[in-house]
Amino acid sequence: MKPGFLSRNPSVLTFLAVLAIFTLAVTFLSEAYGAGLVSTSMVKTLGKTLTLCLIAIAMDLIWGYTGILSLGHFAFFGLGGYMVGMWLMYARTREIVLSSAGGALPMTPQELQDAIATQIFGVVGTSELPAVWSFAGSLPAQLALVVLVPGILAFVFGWFAFKSRVTGVYLSILTQAMTLALSLYLFQNDSGLRGNNGLSGLQNIPGLDAVGQDALSVWFLWASALALALGYLLANFVVSGKFGSVIRGIRDDEARVRFLGYSVENYKLFVFTLTAIIAAIAGALYYPQAGIINPAEIAPIASIYLAVWVAIGGRGRLYGAVIGAAFVSLVSTWFTGGRAPDVPLGFYTIKWVDWWSVLLGLSFVLVTLFAPKGIAGIVDWVQGLRPPKRGGTPLGPDDGSLQEKEALE
Amino acid sequence: MSLLEVSGISVTFDGFRAINNLSFSIGPAELRAIIGPNGAGKTTFMDIVTGKTRPDEGKVLWGEKSVNLLKMNEAQIAQAGVGRKFQRPTVFEDQSVAENLMMALKAARSPWKVLFWRPAKPDHFRVEALAKEVGLGDQLDRKSGELSHGQKQWLEIGMLLAQEPRLLLVDEPAAGMTLAEREQTTALLVELSKSHAVVVVEHDMEFVRRLDCRVTVLHEGSVLAEGSLDHVTSNPQVIEVYLGR
Repeated sequence: MKPGFLSRNPSVLTFLAVLAIFTLAVTFLSEAYGAGLVSTSMVKTLGKTLTLCLIAIAMDLIWGYTGILSLGHFAFFGLGGYMVGMWLMYARTREIVLSSAGGALPMTPQELQDAIATQIFGVVGTSELPAVWSFAGSLPAQLALVVLVPGILAFVFGWFAFKSRVTGVYLSILTQAMTLALSLYLFQNDSGLRGNNGLSGLQNIPGLDAVGQDALSVWFLWASALALALGYLLANFVVSGKFGSVIRGIRDDEARVRFLGYSVENYKLFVFTLTAIIAAIAGALYYPQAGIINPAEIAPIASIYLAVWVAIGGRGRLYGAVIGAAFVSLVSTWFTGGRAPDVPLGFYTIKWVDWWSVLLGLSFVLVTLFAPKGIAGIVDWVQGLRPPKRGGTPLGPDDGSLQEKEALE
Repeated sequence: MSLLEVSGISVTFDGFRAINNLSFSIGPAELRAIIGPNGAGKTTFMDIVTGKTRPDEGKVLWGEKSVNLLKMNEAQIAQAGVGRKFQRPTVFEDQSVAENLMMALKAARSPWKVLFWRPAKPDHFRVEALAKEVGLGDQLDRKSGELSHGQKQWLEIGMLLAQEPRLLLVDEPAAGMTLAEREQTTALLVELSKSHAVVVVEHDMEFVRRLDCRVTVLHEGSVLAEGSLDHVTSNPQVIEVYLGR
């Protein structure tokens, strides 16, 4: 009698099928498990792309659905990466220290910790293990911190921002200031996270030395695909029911939502914190594939790119965000990777490494002006679901639902 | 025994005194019309009661327990049972009629509860019944942005009813309605006032006459006269305010 969840949400089924086929195809073409047509570095790029799709879903929830243009979500992404990176680096260094000390007397825990600290922090001229590394030896603790640190930061930030009813462009500026401040703080050596060196060697998973990067890259691809699938299902659950109605209502007319009895601030806080956690999980999966994280990753420009992806893909629908992130980041990798052919104009040669950002900026402007629904708008076009053009202001009671421009035509 | 008791409120915007020592009260089952020229403070009065504007002084007490509404925000006041219909129809145009009504339906309002809330059969029935009541029974799946101006007015009335408020603040309900629709609206408001407090702000004297209820005349932010329509329209001050310029 009641239609099932999937039949009510056909796009979810399509999305999951495409994702599964993609993941299997890459696996069977990979060097570790298949024909070897897709190189290990390509598998890593694809796995990273999936995590970028996940943070794009978070961005779509907060911007496309709730109407809050956050320009700071890469801060949460980066924090998630740092949290998992601390364990990776600590545990890996411990392995190295233990193996190089092989044969000698067993070290006391203090000696071991000092040796690890010297290894990790020698580069910033200290051998003390900072307090923020207290839990770095424990994987479960650091995984919990992946969720807790960005979650609490987002909650506290959102509490102050939303409760004082900062909205619109001011909120965007505030989020940007937050990510910039965090980035500048992490650039300092005494932040305890190795300053501008960042954390490195994250691609080596402690205890899995025997596995090899070619297999690990496929494992991470699977983990990223799983996280993306779960994130998509969660986001779809959030936007499909009355909660979705309320947040879209907040996007379109938040005062009206208040008069219906919904506490707009709490909803914004809820979505902001939830999306920060999703972003953090995406980051925690991204950086082990990237191998290195440094404060530049948290710079405001990253979060602005995120907004561009979602806008180009099509905000206000989940698959739009995914398409945008995948498409733009892969094309960006191609253009900036030096593989795109130069365009000789005789008097000037267009080198895409330099000109890519110009092209991206231009396409952003064009999409915003001429295709506000983004790439995902093609789906509507194919289905023939073009909404009527509604221009101008309502004409008033007598002309019914017509609006200015329609009545003129 | 009154449901809403407003006493001695004043509010100033940039030196302009929009509400000046205004007092007002309404019982739990009463219909009241508020009239007054432009700038008399009708909308500001509604803004104060619904929590949108904070008065500089005065008290707004609500219900049997005389809760102070001034300490509550818009959402809490709405949850306490104050519903408002705006002058211009403000429905969520991007969402269907059913979604608009479902959102307004009386239910828990906190994010967690709303997240896991799924409409049960009675909720669907209620939405259908409300849509029928406001003449949108066969438009449930349409985007409300596609509705005509009058239909949006009706949808907004439906959303107001769905909230099951105890006090309804209705701003110019008849604006943009046909004659037949006006009569329907009058009948609905009169019917509602048998069990609810209903405050109607209106310009149109003819409409107010049809409501046949107590009238409060506002002028320059305070109450100029109160009583039956015939009583207030024979008041020389009211005549001067309305006709004297």
